[in-house]
Amino acid sequence: MRIQRVLKDKELTEAPEPVDLTLIDDLIKKYNGKPGNMIPLLQGAQSVYGYIPAEVFRKISHETGLTLSDMYGVATFYAQFRLKPVGKHVIKVCHGTACHVQNADSISDAIRESLKIKDGETTPDGLFTLESVACLGCCSLAPVMMIGDDSYGKLTGRSAVKIIREIRAGESN
Amino acid sequence: METRVIVGLGSCGIAAGAGKVFEALRNIKEEGKTVFQLSRTSCIGMCYREPLVEVIDDKGSVIYGNVDEERVAEIVSRHLINKEIVSEWIVKSENHETIDDTFFGGQVKIALRNCGFIDPEKIEEYQSAGGYKALEMIAAGKVTPEAVVQKVMDSGLRGRGGGGFPTGLKWKLTLNSPSDEKYIICNADEGDPGAFMDRSLLEGDPHSVLEGMIIGAYAVKASGGVIYCRAEYPLAIKRLNIAILQAREKGYLGKNIAGIKGFNFDIYVKEGAGAFVCGEETALMASVEGRRGMPYKKPPFPSESGLWKKPTNINNVETWANIPWIITEGPASYASYGTEKSKGTKVFALTGKINRGGLVEVPMGISLREIIYELGGGIQNGRQFKAVQMGGPSGGCIPAALVDTIIDYDSVTSTGAIMGSGGMVVMDETTCMVDVARFFLDFTYKESCGKCTFCRVGTKRMLETLSRICEGEGKESDIELLEELAYQIKDSSLCGLGQTAPNPVLTTLKYFRNEYLAHITDKKCIAGVCTKLLTYEVIPENCTGCTVCAKNCSVNAISGERKQIHFVDQAICIKCGVCFSKCTFDAIRKY
Repeated sequence: MRIQRVLKDKELTEAPEPVDLTLIDDLIKKYNGKPGNMIPLLQGAQSVYGYIPAEVFRKISHETGLTLSDMYGVATFYAQFRLKPVGKHVIKVCHGTACHVQNADSISDAIRESLKIKDGETTPDGLFTLESVACLGCCSLAPVMMIGDDSYGKLTGRSAVKIIREIRAGESN
Repeated sequence: METRVIVGLGSCGIAAGAGKVFEALRNIKEEGKTVFQLSRTSCIGMCYREPLVEVIDDKGSVIYGNVDEERVAEIVSRHLINKEIVSEWIVKSENHETIDDTFFGGQVKIALRNCGFIDPEKIEEYQSAGGYKALEMIAAGKVTPEAVVQKVMDSGLRGRGGGGFPTGLKWKLTLNSPSDEKYIICNADEGDPGAFMDRSLLEGDPHSVLEGMIIGAYAVKASGGVIYCRAEYPLAIKRLNIAILQAREKGYLGKNIAGIKGFNFDIYVKEGAGAFVCGEETALMASVEGRRGMPYKKPPFPSESGLWKKPTNINNVETWANIPWIITEGPASYASYGTEKSKGTKVFALTGKINRGGLVEVPMGISLREIIYELGGGIQNGRQFKAVQMGGPSGGCIPAALVDTIIDYDSVTSTGAIMGSGGMVVMDETTCMVDVARFFLDFTYKESCGKCTFCRVGTKRMLETLSRICEGEGKESDIELLEELAYQIKDSSLCGLGQTAPNPVLTTLKYFRNEYLAHITDKKCIAGVCTKLLTYEVIPENCTGCTVCAKNCSVNAISGERKQIHFVDQAICIKCGVCFSKCTFDAIRKY
């Protein structure tokens, strides 16, 4: 059930470092007063910071009159919104039906073992966040994962880990 | 004529490496060794052969499959420079027979008429393929909105999102609702895991959806349009936005569209934020209005009071893409395909353990057997076909015994599955049906919005019961409990999500009850999927005594000296499967 995530995310709303609030001035100007603006505002803020820091909620609420409770309700309802920072590369392992029958679990298991993190967690160096998603729509290439905007298909546990190693090697150069 | 080289750049093509192929071709073109025109298209549906490269010259068109950078070099030198066709890689050609011809054999492309043939980012290519002709015919012939609605009614088109409500009737209801403002919505929130028809259509031919919506707006007298698209489909969103800008420039969106005085209409794309329930129309509208996507009670139906409390007409992507074709070719041509109550064609996403996974558009009335064995080329690795899952989390599994079921709304519904939006996941003997049911319940439990108690709590209880069965803790009373809960959830939920969530369990119980019983009474998973019910054993002939299994066993259940055959102690084994996955000599078997 979707509501469960409220409790899970609650303790994590504290931002670890101060954020530059002026970055969303244009965004607020663009959507202020428009009907149905809450989701675009939150999506815009997330694309600026990678997640939605608590101060950003307060600033949007203060300047647009949207209530904090409504925004928090919306942000915790939709899977897209994050209330804590994520790694530089977000690994989305597809667990749609086609991927499930082609053993997507073994992909997640291999990545979890390799990165030593669980679903939804970020590696200590801040490079990778691991997520499971419902369907990426590349079912005929199952099992699939997406890192950033790139999709990788026909994976095995080993090839998935190799791709991640290559990205890590690229980062340290 | 100048030779044209076209690369299929849909999301799945790109995932298979089409981006690199396109780059390689661009580099060759820039080097100037040979002259050709390089362009892009989207998915033609042959996902199992991606990346695809089409070469068109005076001899006609040839499509090559499984192209990588090495093959690019060879295609350029042999086909482009030496004019010799590389026959071993052809997957489709006018002049050559290929083993893939049966993939296209039974197909009739109406909604997908342009996918894989035009550049989706160029409106001119859509126009030269007959695009926006339907809209211009309406403008030139001064066809009234009522007449347009009548045409759609005559075509027999039913909603392709899964519900199957007659599209013409929906339009008529919206047209007859008096209001100063009305809305048109395109439901592109394709949340169904295992389905990608809408993504391919939006990536491959966004203008056909726009034209359908513009005609719909004219027919119901709407002034505003919204395309609600999943944020997981970035390429579709990008191409839709390009298409909208182009349509505005050409005067197909904006004021006095196509020269029709007083017909003002515009469209914007609204990105969904990731919630399966938003595919339900009332939840979708709540989400467009910026609220939590929770369904509300009907009536009033959206045709009376929808988005911003104005009359609203919602249709799915594929439904909209059919509209221009129906107008130009006439309702009778559309209705000439299909069965008595289900007219026209339907797009299916064929996936799972099938040889040719991809996107197919078939006339209604075709049998499952034809789709799976002829178009789909049968089951992977020569295994036994077990069932096909249709309709995603709201649908059900149709067993192999019913493979001659024909595809239309009523026949599919009578099996306990639903037509749904068009996901078809094929399963073989290595798929555990109890695990599949558990998988779907896990999905609906997570995606339930929490509004209705039976959906919120009932799905969780069903999931717990199914998990218990998969782990070998099932009780005989569990099957009865599942059935009781299933009917209660169906009866007491407000929206489609809850009303259909138990379907995967009910259909698997109907057709695969023996598997449930094997899990519960014999503690066996016939398909070898539920790890806790398996026995792991060393195959003595294959064991080399490398000790990898013993080293990785977390409970020290495996004994044996180096270079000696190892042994699994069943009393200690926790059935985690690590030995099976670590062994590189196929010396561990599970059963």
